Amino acid sequence: MSESLLRADHLKKYFRSGKGNVHAVDDVSFSIEKGKTLGVVGESGCGKSTLGRTVLRLEEPTSGNVYFNGEDISGFGRRRMWEMRQKMQMIFQDPFSSLNPRMTVSEAIEDPLILYRLCPDREKRAKRIAELMDTVGLAQRLTNTYPHELDGGRRQRIGIARALALNPEFIVCDEPVSALDVSIQAQILNLLQDLQKELNLTYMFITHDLSVVYHISDEIMVMYLGQVVEKAPSEILFANPLHPYTKALLSAIPVPSLHNRRTRMIMKGEITSPIDPPAECRFAKRCGQACDRCFREEPHLFEAEPGHFVSCHAVEKGL
Amino acid sequence: MTEKEKTPPALWIRDLSVEFRGRNSTVYALSGLNLKINKGETLGLVGETGAGKTTAGLSVLGLVASPPGVITGGSISVAGKEIIAPLTGDEAELVRKRWGEKKHRFDPGVKRCVSEEEMMEMRGRHVSMIFQDPMTSLNPVITVEKQISEVISKHTDVSGSEALRRAGDMLELVGIPRSRGKEYPHQFSGGMKQRVVIAMALALSPELLIADEPTTALDVTIQAQVLDMMKKLRDENRTSMLMITHDLGIVADICDRVSVIYAGRVVEHGTLSDVFDHTLHPYTKGLFASLPDLENRETRLKPIRGLMPDPSIRYTGCPFADRCDEASEVCRKEAPPVYHRTEDHMTVCHLYRDKADKKGMRET
Repeated sequence: MSESLLRADHLKKYFRSGKGNVHAVDDVSFSIEKGKTLGVVGESGCGKSTLGRTVLRLEEPTSGNVYFNGEDISGFGRRRMWEMRQKMQMIFQDPFSSLNPRMTVSEAIEDPLILYRLCPDREKRAKRIAELMDTVGLAQRLTNTYPHELDGGRRQRIGIARALALNPEFIVCDEPVSALDVSIQAQILNLLQDLQKELNLTYMFITHDLSVVYHISDEIMVMYLGQVVEKAPSEILFANPLHPYTKALLSAIPVPSLHNRRTRMIMKGEITSPIDPPAECRFAKRCGQACDRCFREEPHLFEAEPGHFVSCHAVEKGL
Repeated sequence: MTEKEKTPPALWIRDLSVEFRGRNSTVYALSGLNLKINKGETLGLVGETGAGKTTAGLSVLGLVASPPGVITGGSISVAGKEIIAPLTGDEAELVRKRWGEKKHRFDPGVKRCVSEEEMMEMRGRHVSMIFQDPMTSLNPVITVEKQISEVISKHTDVSGSEALRRAGDMLELVGIPRSRGKEYPHQFSGGMKQRVVIAMALALSPELLIADEPTTALDVTIQAQVLDMMKKLRDENRTSMLMITHDLGIVADICDRVSVIYAGRVVEHGTLSDVFDHTLHPYTKGLFASLPDLENRETRLKPIRGLMPDPSIRYTGCPFADRCDEASEVCRKEAPPVYHRTEDHMTVCHLYRDKADKKGMRET
């Protein structure tokens, strides 16, 4: 196995609430190889965004470690973390609220450069901004426009340029295309893929859109209520989903074609509460194959076939 | 005459134009939109943000905010009943006399054929609409059963308790236990709120349901539940439906016919198999090519280049010309002609001008 750029080890993030602890991320471990993309999918509230933020330590993990280039960054102090952030960036979901409305395009892109004193000299900085705008496909004439003058696709390009400004190695993309129209979404996805090849970037791609995640990821991690229920290379996961939840998710994708339609598995019920969940399979209440054991014992990830991990009692028994 | 032709279409929009007139500029939201839904059918209206999908839905219910919205031309009829009709020659003359050459900024080009009272009677009873965002279309301080019963008591003369009972029935119909009717919207999840909105829209079994992106705010699994439920209710009540969406997957799932809308006009219309398997218009082709392929991960996406055209510019040629790979000189200069591939399947594009209908626009 080649070197992993980022590794998370038993990462947990609990939020305290009036009723108890919300288990937003519960014991998640994974690693991403350099230059690859890890897709994270799940329904809203499953903890995928929190996971992304915890990995970057925008949220302090409750327990667990994150290793970047083999170094444990979870113990880093403010100063060292600040330096580290240069290599780990994030692209946010909503290009409408993640940009300062009072900053022009060039100011927004310049901001990180000034903060990290990368190009102290003004002229060089202007050159770098022009270069970045070129990279993400923003026309130079937009240099002095404000975000409200631009459409969602262009705003998202500014977000990408800002993330790229510091020459990062790793980028967390948190739903970067879900606010965009399909034709623009395709433009941004192609851009992200081109950048990855060009700059050898590593992505953690968080989304709820399964066709997008399949398209862009090398490996996919399916989350349910803070836990990873299945993890496999994209092709394998889509060809042979094992966990009942993954199967239901895949069958629910609306396919834009009249042929090879899937039969839909409708899940009953709603997501159970993530507040202090009992020691049982968290999906059991919605699962058609749940047995006694599922309500007694929490399942753990095991390797069902090479590279394909799943956490389900029924699958384990079947093997 | 066949059975189908005798019953008037559930919704018929002809040549509808809607403008939003601001102080400095005018936005042309719809420019000559044609839609027709036969009784019991579901029509998908597909297009990108700003194409005019929602404006089309709102005009049917007479909910286009005016000012600044002005319906400048065209007609709408619901189940044979005219709602909006163009001005006759005499009426146009009167308007000209009243306002002179300086036409008032908000002076419409059409007349309303129903009074506001009649319109209110129609909304909810004959035509109802499901709005995109379930989080904001419910009143947070009224229990959900009360909100549903309001629709019922407003339009029928049943007693309050009877209306509440029927609201409970509706909740059960959409898969929410009757006992939860006493709860407030914030106690429901997104999917359940959307189901409450659907229950409200269907409370009086309207003949026509306009669903404006009803599942966009929901997760795929919940979306699947809601779509299945809508399909079931539609088939039981023989409701005609206008499904406004940007998701071609949903169209394939629930619709009988599709209209693809671009910059305020329909560029392609046909049955599902016409539009999905015999795609004609370059824009529709572009929409399909932009979607990730679930069969092959390696296929590179082919986005439509450029952006939606500025809606405050009136185009003489084809509004899609600047983004179209097959555009030629004539596309930028002349309005594209209508071409019917079959009786049902039509497109508006210069690519097919050799085969285009000679007699101009045929009714769609």
